[in-house]
Amino acid sequence: MKSQSLSSPFSVMVHKEMADHIRSWRFIVLIGLIILTFVASMYVSLSNIRSAMGNANDPDRSFLYLKLLTTTDNSIPPFHVFLSFLAPLLGISLGFDAINAEQNSGTLTRLLAQPIYRDNLLLAKFVSALIMVGGLFLILAMLMIGGGLVLTGVRMEPAELLRILGFIVISIFYVGFWLSLSIVLSIKFKQAATSALTAIGIWLFFTVFYQIVVNLIIRSFLPDPTFLTQDQILRYNEFILGLLRIAPNQLYTDASTTMLMPSVRSLGPMTMEQMAGAIPAPLPFRESLMVVWPQVSGLIGATVACFALSYYLFMRREIRS
Amino acid sequence: MKDPIIQLKGLTKCYGSQKAVDDLSLDIYKGEIFGLLGPNGAGKTTTILMMLGLTDPTSGSAFVCGYNATNNPISVKRKVGYMPDTLGFYDNMTALENLVYIARLNGLAEKEIMKRAIEVMEIVGLSSAMNKRTSTFSRGMKQRLGLADVLIKEPDVIILDEPTLGIDPNGVREFLTLIKRLSKEQELTVLLSSHHLHHVQQVCDRVGIFVKGKLLAQGNIDTLSGNLFSNKGHVVSVTLAQVVPQAWPLAQELRQWETIEQITINKKTIEFECKQNITPALVRFFVEKEYDILGVHQKDYGLDDIYQKYFEDIN
Repeated sequence: MKSQSLSSPFSVMVHKEMADHIRSWRFIVLIGLIILTFVASMYVSLSNIRSAMGNANDPDRSFLYLKLLTTTDNSIPPFHVFLSFLAPLLGISLGFDAINAEQNSGTLTRLLAQPIYRDNLLLAKFVSALIMVGGLFLILAMLMIGGGLVLTGVRMEPAELLRILGFIVISIFYVGFWLSLSIVLSIKFKQAATSALTAIGIWLFFTVFYQIVVNLIIRSFLPDPTFLTQDQILRYNEFILGLLRIAPNQLYTDASTTMLMPSVRSLGPMTMEQMAGAIPAPLPFRESLMVVWPQVSGLIGATVACFALSYYLFMRREIRS
Repeated sequence: MKDPIIQLKGLTKCYGSQKAVDDLSLDIYKGEIFGLLGPNGAGKTTTILMMLGLTDPTSGSAFVCGYNATNNPISVKRKVGYMPDTLGFYDNMTALENLVYIARLNGLAEKEIMKRAIEVMEIVGLSSAMNKRTSTFSRGMKQRLGLADVLIKEPDVIILDEPTLGIDPNGVREFLTLIKRLSKEQELTVLLSSHHLHHVQQVCDRVGIFVKGKLLAQGNIDTLSGNLFSNKGHVVSVTLAQVVPQAWPLAQELRQWETIEQITINKKTIEFECKQNITPALVRFFVEKEYDILGVHQKDYGLDDIYQKYFEDIN
């Protein structure tokens, strides 16, 4: 009567984890928070959309749906900037007690005494949370598109849809990075509170302090710019930007901005020669994708690295309650 | 005898410089109930974890059902049901949901899971509480649910780590009877660890005494006591109706007997340590001398004494 069932232990675990997430208050609160910011930023952008579309100086003005996501009257930040703050919180809160809560309640021993692979457990935790987040973002995007269609009646360009989907995929990867980081911490620390605080500490460090620290250090090393040639200044600038891009939120902001604003053609400084002859016009989707590709692969790389670390920590570890 | 179903060879586990399990070799055969007996911190749980591949041995190997537990833990875990000493369940799920989840993880056919889960709940006597959340469960109920958890996968071997910990005496008796019955009905091999000798004595076919990472002795209780106390001989105490004076005249006469090694007099009770069992002769002697015998007690060595003896040796 054994082993004729179609569902593998992995999908059983994913189902169970998703059911747990849906029922948990934590997830409901976070969904509420994200929907609230979404509605607020949509409201602001909808009320300013007329002036944004009428702005003749803006090369992106023909992309109504992208404008919906990015327009603001500066009373609140646009949705993608909000998300660069909220996504880490989402990732951390879904993962910070993934392993240690099970260990503390004694369910981990019981679970691992079943014929399942250990990596399947980690993967199930990761995948189930990402499915939830992905579903949430996709629903929000579809709501926005549908709402925009109903309210304005403007036809949607295929490029716009691709860009919005691209933005969502990047956002999911961004959440994925924080999720895998918090899973690593949940393996490392026995107490859920410690791992949550550490994850939030890392997040705060990167969003608030990292730029300050980099600026401080660079300023003390940087020679006086008046004695430097243009080339050297450019090189220093690139170097500083490179350092700043170690922070995952910088990568995310770069990538999402490029995706949502088709006229962004470079994320670094450009010389006058490079700018000469350029017409301020939107880039096609493929070109934007090429611009952000390093950022996206950086995010994926960081996620994979964290995940690999969690495997390394968990695979040969003694499971004792 | 048949091939052992659990075979440990030179199993060693070190935590830093401390040896938790030291060169343990043990065979357990199909269908027997084996009790691993030892004080807290003797390395019982570590040994069990190594049998399930939940921790890696420093050296040596553990074979369970023919599979190496370190390299092939999944195959071992398919055959073995393990009940840890601290049982945890998902508190937001009912007992039945917890059980069904475990059944699904074991790949039981979806159609049969419900039927089987209810069946197992009945076996362990939880049918009335199976739709309650496990957060409301008492320790004894959790223990039963833990056993249900183990049984639903239809294992060949069940390993119970301190199964009697924290349940009341009545519960312990029921639980142990249940285990014994199941073992006989389904030909299960049972390995249970405990520091409670009396519990082990009730159900186990064989016991292993495990102290500070070493297996000091194994066998059934008779052999164990035989091994230990064969040199000590028999002790018979006789209680009389009248008080015996310290300078008892008959003591001289009794000391002539070859078999008697020592006589201790304590008011009405006289204790004889002898080489053989001479209780009938002693009774006849007292009757002839016209003493009124109130009681004759021939001392047996139980698990208590065995346990005590081994711990004395180790300290």
